Amino acid sequence: MWDSSMTTLIIQGTFETLYMTIASTFLAYVIGLPMGVLLVTSDSEGIVPMKLPNKILNIIVNITRSIPFLILLIAVIPLTRLITGTSIGSTATIVPLVIAAAPFIARLVESSIKEVDQGIIEASLSMGASPIQIVTKVMIPEAKPSLIIGAAIATTTILGYSAMAGIVGGGGLGDIAIRFGYYRYETGVMVVTVILLVLVVQIFQEAGMKIAQMQDRRK
Amino acid sequence: MRRVTNIDNKTSQQPIIEIKDLVKTFHPKSGEVKALDGINLTVNQGDIYGIIGMSGAGKSTLVRCINLLEKPSSGHVFIDGQDISTLTEKELRTTRYSVGMIFQQFNLLMQRTAEKNILFPLEIAGVDKETAKKRTAELLELVSLPDKAKAYPTQLSGGQMQRIAIARALANNPKILLCDEATSALDPSTTRSILNLLKEINRKLGITIVIITHEMSVVEEICSHVAIIDESKIAEVGRVEDIFRNPKTEIAKRMIYSERELSPVAMGKNFYRIVFDEKSSSESVMAKMIMETKSMVNIIHADMKNIDGVTYGQMVIQLPEDGLSASRAINYLRAHQITVEEVGSNVG
Repeated sequence: MWDSSMTTLIIQGTFETLYMTIASTFLAYVIGLPMGVLLVTSDSEGIVPMKLPNKILNIIVNITRSIPFLILLIAVIPLTRLITGTSIGSTATIVPLVIAAAPFIARLVESSIKEVDQGIIEASLSMGASPIQIVTKVMIPEAKPSLIIGAAIATTTILGYSAMAGIVGGGGLGDIAIRFGYYRYETGVMVVTVILLVLVVQIFQEAGMKIAQMQDRRK
Repeated sequence: MRRVTNIDNKTSQQPIIEIKDLVKTFHPKSGEVKALDGINLTVNQGDIYGIIGMSGAGKSTLVRCINLLEKPSSGHVFIDGQDISTLTEKELRTTRYSVGMIFQQFNLLMQRTAEKNILFPLEIAGVDKETAKKRTAELLELVSLPDKAKAYPTQLSGGQMQRIAIARALANNPKILLCDEATSALDPSTTRSILNLLKEINRKLGITIVIITHEMSVVEEICSHVAIIDESKIAEVGRVEDIFRNPKTEIAKRMIYSERELSPVAMGKNFYRIVFDEKSSSESVMAKMIMETKSMVNIIHADMKNIDGVTYGQMVIQLPEDGLSASRAINYLRAHQITVEEVGSNVG
C-alpha cells in the first residue's frame, strides 16, 4: 500500500496545499484589505462617512460569511469554470477560496484598524493629512502587528477550507486524505496527511506571531 | 506693565484667530446638546491665549472648531482673515499645515521612532527628503531631545513624548499652536518644563499659542490673555492680570480662588480679600497701612505669585470689629489702588 509513489503523491499534495493557501490568501487580501479599510473609513464615525456604501458593504460581507464553505464551493462552480476553465484541481479551488476568504479578511482587517487610537487619527487630521494618507501612513502601519496576526489566522483558516475542497477533487492534502483515507480506508495515509496539515498550520501560526511580535513597537 | 510692552514689542496686535457667533450643537440619540453657544473671541498674533473652563464647559470643542476638526453648526472662524468654513477639503488641509496641535495623550504614532514622528507632517506636506531631514534635526534640538531620535514612544517619558509632539506640531512652521490639555497628563515639574518650552517657542518663533486647560495655574504661568468658558458660553475674557486682579463673574472667582482657597472654617466676620498688583506688593503697603491706621490686622491667608517677573497675589485679612478703624484701613488700601472686597461665604 505504502510505496514511493504514495510518498511522491503526498509531497505533491503538500505543495498543492501550500500553493492553494498562499495564492488564495494573497488574492483574498487584494480584495479583503481594501474592503476592510473601507468598512472603517466609511463608517458614520469614520474619516469619510458614507452611509449607503458602508451599509451595502456590510450586507455583502455578512451574506458571504454566512454561507458554509462546502456549499459555496459547489455553488460557484460555474464561475470557477468561467475563470479557470475547469472545476477540479488546486487552481480551480482558488476561486471559491478567495470568494469565501475575502469577506472574512475584510472583518479581520476592520477589527485590526479599529484598534488604532482615535487620537492618533485626529492628530493626523490636524496636520492636514488626506484620507489616503491616513490609511497608508497611519491606519495600516499603526495596525501592522494586529494585521499580521490577522493574516496568520486567515492563512490557517484558508488552509482548512482548502482541505475541504478535496470533496470535489480540489487537490492538495485534503484531496489525498479523502480519496485514500476515507474512500479506501487507508488509515496510514489519513494519519500522515493529518499530521502534515497540523504541522503546516503550526508553522504559519507561529511564524505569524513571531513576525507580529517583532513588528510591535508598543512593548 | 512689563508683560504688555513685551507683547506690544513683538506684534502689532493683529488678529490671527477670530471666532464669530460660533454655535456647535451635538445630536446624540437623546435630544440635543449645545456645546458652544454664541462664542465670540479674538486672538491676536503673538498671544498666549488661555481658554479655561470646567470639564464639559465646551473648551475642547471650541479648540477643535479652530482647525475644523469639529464643524461648527453656525458661525465663522477666521484664520489670518480667511473664513475657513468656506474652504474646500483640499484648501482646509493646506491651512491645517499652518495650525499645529498638541494633545493631552500626545497622540504619537506608536510604530514610528521620535524622529519619524516629527518627519510625519513633513511627509504629509510633501516636503522633499533632504529638507525634511534637516528640519527634523533642528526640531529635535529645539525640544532638547536630539539623543532620543531613534527611540520609540513607549521608550519615552510623558514629558519627552509631549516634547516630540510639540516638535511634530511645529514641523511645518505653523503660525498657531493649539494645545488641548497638553499638560493635564503630566506631573507638576514636567508641566512646568513643558510650559517653559511653549513660552520659549512663543518668544523665539513668534507663534501664537492657544491653550485649553482646566488648571488656572497653567494660565497663570504662561498666558497673556484668558477666556473663561462656562456652560457653553464665554463668561469672562481679558488680560490675565486684569482677570486675576478683579474677576467679575462667579465662575471666574471660583476658577481663580478654588485652587488655593481657605477652608470654610476660616470664614467669619470682617474678612476682606485684598488683591495686589505689581505696584502695591513691592511697596509693602500692608506694613504701612498697619502702622499708619493703627489697625489690628489679622492675616488669614496670603498667596503671592511671581508671574512673568511681577509679584502679584491676594491676601485675606480680618479687620477689627470696630467699624471705624476697619473702614479706615479699607480706605487706606483703596487709596493705594488696591482692590478690597468683603469675603462672602459664596466664594470658595
